[in-house]
Amino acid sequence: MKLPFLPEVASTLGERVDALFAAVALVTGAVALAVVALLVIFALKYRRGSRADRRRAPEAVRLRIERRLEVAWIGIPMLLFSAAFAWAAALYFDHAAPPDGALEIAVVAKQWMWKLQHATGQREIDELHVPVGIPVKLVMTSQDAIHSFYIPAFRLKQDVLPGRYTVLWFTATHAGEYHLFCAEYCGTDHSRMIGRVVALDPAQFQRWLAANNAEPTMAARGEALFGALGCGGCHGPGSAVRAPPLEGLYGRPVALADGRTVTADERYLRDAILLPAKEVVAGYAPVMPSFSGQIPEGDLLDLIAYLKRVT
Amino acid sequence: MTLWSWLSTHDHKRIALLYAISITAFFFIGGAAATLMRIELATPAGDVVSAETYNKLFTMHGVIMVWFFLIPSIPATLGNFLVPLMIGARDLAFPRLNLTSWYLYVAGGLFTLAALLLGGVDTGWTFYTPFSTLYSNTHVIAVVTGVFIAGFSSILTGLNFIVTIHKLRAPGLTWFRLPLFIWAHYATSVILVLATPVLAMTLTLLGIERLFHVGIFDPALGGDPLLFQHLFWFYSHPAVYIMILPAMGIVSEIIACFSRNPVFGYRSMAYAIIAIAGIGFLVWGHHMFVSGQAVYAGMIFSLLSFVVAIPSAIKVFNWTATLYKGTISFEAPMLYALGFVGLFMFGGLSGLFLAALALDVHLTDTYFVVAHFHYIMVGGSVSAYLGGIHFWWPKITGRMYPPKWAQFAAVLLFLGFNFTFFPQYLLGVEGMPRRYHEYAPEFQTLHVLSSAGAVILAIGYLLPLVYLTWSLTRGRKASANPWGATGLEWTVPSPPPVENFGETPIVTQEPYAYPPHAVSGGARRAAST
Ligand code: HEC
Ligand SMILES: [Cu+2]
Ligand SMILES: [Cu+2]
Repeated sequence: MKLPFLPEVASTLGERVDALFAAVALVTGAVALAVVALLVIFALKYRRGSRADRRRAPEAVRLRIERRLEVAWIGIPMLLFSAAFAWAAALYFDHAAPPDGALEIAVVAKQWMWKLQHATGQREIDELHVPVGIPVKLVMTSQDAIHSFYIPAFRLKQDVLPGRYTVLWFTATHAGEYHLFCAEYCGTDHSRMIGRVVALDPAQFQRWLAANNAEPTMAARGEALFGALGCGGCHGPGSAVRAPPLEGLYGRPVALADGRTVTADERYLRDAILLPAKEVVAGYAPVMPSFSGQIPEGDLLDLIAYLKRVT
Repeated sequence: MTLWSWLSTHDHKRIALLYAISITAFFFIGGAAATLMRIELATPAGDVVSAETYNKLFTMHGVIMVWFFLIPSIPATLGNFLVPLMIGARDLAFPRLNLTSWYLYVAGGLFTLAALLLGGVDTGWTFYTPFSTLYSNTHVIAVVTGVFIAGFSSILTGLNFIVTIHKLRAPGLTWFRLPLFIWAHYATSVILVLATPVLAMTLTLLGIERLFHVGIFDPALGGDPLLFQHLFWFYSHPAVYIMILPAMGIVSEIIACFSRNPVFGYRSMAYAIIAIAGIGFLVWGHHMFVSGQAVYAGMIFSLLSFVVAIPSAIKVFNWTATLYKGTISFEAPMLYALGFVGLFMFGGLSGLFLAALALDVHLTDTYFVVAHFHYIMVGGSVSAYLGGIHFWWPKITGRMYPPKWAQFAAVLLFLGFNFTFFPQYLLGVEGMPRRYHEYAPEFQTLHVLSSAGAVILAIGYLLPLVYLTWSLTRGRKASANPWGATGLEWTVPSPPPVENFGETPIVTQEPYAYPPHAVSGGARRAAST
């Protein structure tokens, strides 16, 4: 259902956000109306020269009433606020982690365009094709300033930062074309850093993938890079250097030399390659060189796609 | 009365006027930038100015309005003039420091203005890194330096008020006999002193990274891009309260006076001010719900943002209740004050949408946020500032302004304001991002409405400039207490003599002892009991 003034809604989250929006709008609207009505009524009734009854209750009675009124208008907002907070926070929390098995798409933002790459290799610029009804997970990073990936119809927005990955996920509910905006000011052509999201029925989406399948998959490109960058020289079988095997690493807990245990997610893999000294795997010498500044963001995502696939 | 006697004065009343003149100039410069933006936004295409210019315009508008108008507006003008008068003192505790504040303000202001006009800066008033440190090739360092200098003016003013309110109250003027205007200025001063140094530090770090490429915020150099946002909002959220608390103080004075009633729940009003100032330091992360900050951090900041809304809600209810059984008249200051209550409430309620996590994800960085803070800062603070100017104008200048014109301007501003900014809420809900030079055609209708409203608003702001200036020489002479108000400032002649009080007053009464048997010389006494 589309609410007045809200844009069309086309994601599973969007419908739940709209319900919350309507509830908050109704309650705040009612409060605003009540206060404005009181202001107007008092202002007219007690205007100078009117003959309204201005006799006051005795001081003691007045103070008691005053106290009670104040307790009421601390207590009632507190209850309403708690409800709004809890509802909104639950929704946010619920949507924080993407579901397993979501379709992954890599996003690299730069002044002033969106570069998108499907796991199966299709590349797009300022345009994103996604299937309806299947969760889609965007792993995003920026090559320069901070940007923000915003799809109003999905009620979703996530800043895209340089030097790290942020994740945005959604399930589209209706086929159609929707605005994609950059929502974080990023310089001269910020307002032109826009595009569209095209949601297609799954069958149509498969056809779109097939029709655009001219390139190797991300993992395949990653595999090539893995060889070209010499990673295999240490991590490959029979290498002279003692380096941890990378098979099945993704998603597993990793024990670190400093005693901590972290999960090998995209963030970890990225840092392992660019800042190897930051988290050294327990039981290994910190001899891996840093690749910081040597691998473009897009290639890094390919490499990580490869690491995620090697089993 | 030579120019030099003004530029070297130590009299808080004259310094207040120096500030009033300077901030008015900055207000109209900032307003000119806004006008150009509204003209550009009348059509979806970027056809009036280039994208670079547009970006420089909204940066200039923000920088000037925040640091060179809103933050000093009420404290440095009305606060400067009234704090000593309201507490029965001859001057602020440190008159020379007070003048120093003004010079720092002017130095910072002129420096910034020169940088903005000669080159300009395109980072937005928020100076987000790493854009500001690496990618912007405009005059970031110069503008940041100007803001940095002006910050010291804030700190010194805050310090001066704190000491003055602690040490120079008249005998009998206990803390709970202080007008709420004083409470508000006290709380504001504490924020000025505690938060402004953080801004200075943050801008310094920004300068170091930009000039010397030391990795602080830039991940390519090993910095953290979100660190800047944390530091910036740690200052800038409390700064919002620097801008609104003094406004709340003014409105309490005006509503009590023109409804001939003591402020309802005086003590809780005072506690609410303190609560807002305190909790206001703990909510900065609500600007960063989609920034990539941790989910749990987001939840805590959301909760605290709802908490800080409670004392604001109390204030709105108490102002409303103050009208009950009053004897209400609608002179211009009262119109501004009533307008304030409505607009502030609207701005506050829209703030709840932004505090609610899942809604903020959709609404943040859109025009909804633009509308929200303009309701608080313009509908709230500027309305209150104008209300205060109209309330104390007779006291400050010794002249009355034409009342009908003043009432007309107040109503016009209220209408023009809503006409300009209400459509921006709808734009935001529809998903129109902020800081866009060009936009999708479906947003045009609302943008045109907003631009049309801005025309009314502009006229509304020019009117007081004209009739108030006129009144300086032509206005009727004002008595000591033309509104029949309580408060020590109304017991001295209008304008007050240099030494303020012939002899130190002794206070024996609660504040807002309306109907005012307390004060003599009232032109119009309340008829009621
Ligand atoms: C000089 C040998 C060497 C080279 C070349 C090298 N690594 Fe490593 N790598 C290591 C060692 C040793 C460790 C374990 C110590 C550590 O964590 O720093 C490691 C750790 C890792 C880890 C963390 C493994 C875990 O179990 O958590 C990843 C991921 C990784 N390397 C990926 C790569 C990639 C991708 C490349 C190529 C771009 C590469 N490495 C190149 C030696 C190397
Ligand atoms: Cu952008
Ligand atoms: Cu804030």
